Amino acid sequence: MALQSLDIARRSATTTPAPAARQTTEVAKLIDVSTCIGCKACQVACMEWNDLRDEVGSCAGVYDNPVDLTAKSWTVMRFAEVELSGPNGGRLEWLIRKDGCMHCADPGCLKACPAPGAIIQYANGIVDFHQENCIGCGYCVTGCPFNVPRISKEDSKAYKCSLCSDRVAVGQAPACAKVCPTGAIQFGSKEQMQDVADKRLADLKSRGFDKAGLYDPQGVGGTHVMYVLHHADRPELYSGLPNDPAISPLVSLWKGFAKPLATLALAGVALGSLFHYVTKGPNEVSKELEDELEKEES
Amino acid sequence: MIRNPKDLQRYTAHERANHWVVGISFILLALSGLAFFHPAFFPLAQLFGGAVWARILHPFLGVLMAVSFLAIFFRFKALNVMTPADQEWLNRVGEMVDGNDHDMPEQGKYNGGQKMMFWALALCMLLLAVSGILLWRAYFGFPVGLVRFGAVIHAATAAVMIALIFVHVYAAIWVKGTIRAMWYGTVTRAWAKQHHRAWYRQVTGKS
Ligand code: HEM
Ligand code: SF4
Repeated sequence: MALQSLDIARRSATTTPAPAARQTTEVAKLIDVSTCIGCKACQVACMEWNDLRDEVGSCAGVYDNPVDLTAKSWTVMRFAEVELSGPNGGRLEWLIRKDGCMHCADPGCLKACPAPGAIIQYANGIVDFHQENCIGCGYCVTGCPFNVPRISKEDSKAYKCSLCSDRVAVGQAPACAKVCPTGAIQFGSKEQMQDVADKRLADLKSRGFDKAGLYDPQGVGGTHVMYVLHHADRPELYSGLPNDPAISPLVSLWKGFAKPLATLALAGVALGSLFHYVTKGPNEVSKELEDELEKEES
Repeated sequence: MIRNPKDLQRYTAHERANHWVVGISFILLALSGLAFFHPAFFPLAQLFGGAVWARILHPFLGVLMAVSFLAIFFRFKALNVMTPADQEWLNRVGEMVDGNDHDMPEQGKYNGGQKMMFWALALCMLLLAVSGILLWRAYFGFPVGLVRFGAVIHAATAAVMIALIFVHVYAAIWVKGTIRAMWYGTVTRAWAKQHHRAWYRQVTGKS
């Protein structure tokens, strides 16, 4: 939902500037994978606050449930059992990651979207889908480097985590951050969250996780959902978190400068034809030939 | 309908109907497709009852066009095989465009330019149909890398094809006496002798 109290930074399929009189603080959600216990309270809180009830599925043999993001499950816990070879020999680790929209500073979904105002980036960094303007083409799915948006089978609209933009607009933390029993999900200004992460990283490093780091990928300009990872050198261990995500060059090509140029070229062909007609005149059958054939016929 | 019994039949009723189905579906496809192509064209979606309807209808129109184009393709394929005479015509196309078509090499039913147009349009159709299926999320779920590739191909080919169709339509307007071939199927003998002399000889048996 559009909320007047949130200032807009970018609007999909819009070529004129967004209202920019006010600057707001950038917010961020910090997910500390090393203190997450996989209880899924955040999944429940997300359902409750957003009033979503996904179909009750069946157990796929692993803890992941539902097994994937859907139009009605905007966040899911992904459980990965990983065997790590280290100096101390093979070690099994259970890596649990809360998956959902990363709220990219440079969102591929918004770049790809052809419907004006269906995707909004607020000045605070939240990327929000406005289903009333969504046309259901699925271009956001094509644009997203994290495979996040889902098109509903019921209404053909795109859905994903809103970072509880409605709560944030009135000074509340997102439902998942509010409910997390271990404090693994925190919310605040992006700067604050980076400070919190620094403290966590110092602690992790002192315990021997010397590759611990903050996941705030610069390929998408940084994100407004960040992870503290104990193995930041190998994000793919966490159920395929992309190593160096960026908007695909194909998407940039598709949505880039080529289209205005193609539009000009089309206008050029149309006008060129008009002026060809005006300057050269029509190509008519010659009078002599017409007379000749008329004689033949009579 | 024959206006003058001496006129030459260029297209049968079936061929004309086939062509119009392709033409109408192409125009609707171009208008609805452009709506997603760039925000400047988004208002075109209103012609289809809004952008959601444009999104729903576009691929179905695509299927209609692809099937009817396939019929046209097989009807006219044999007539569009390039010959050395076509090559020479193409080498001298500058004179033609300049409006000086009197001593262009003699042409059969189609000239080199028309044949090039035929094959270029056939290629565009193929690319658009295949890439269009890749983009059709309502019914298909291809790997995202393939969809991204399809999006680039679809948008680029659509732009090229719209330009080609501008040229195709303009050529028909520019060469007077041509459009009636698509209305009632006939052309005058003088038209045939001037623009497609070899074809004129073939159908009339005259020199
Ligand atoms: C031949 C069969 C075709 C199929 C199956 C097809 C399918 C599609 C689909 C699925 C989309 C995405 C939007 C939507 O879901 O409606 C699309 C977009 C588009 N189509 Fe087609 N289409 C076809 C032919 C054409 C033709 C002949 C043209 C143009 C003359 C065209 C021009 C476009 C354009 C310009 C876009 C927007 C591309 C962009 O977003 O950059 N399409 N098409
Ligand atoms: S993660 Fe995907 S859906 Fe979320 S803001 Fe980035 S591009 Fe958009």
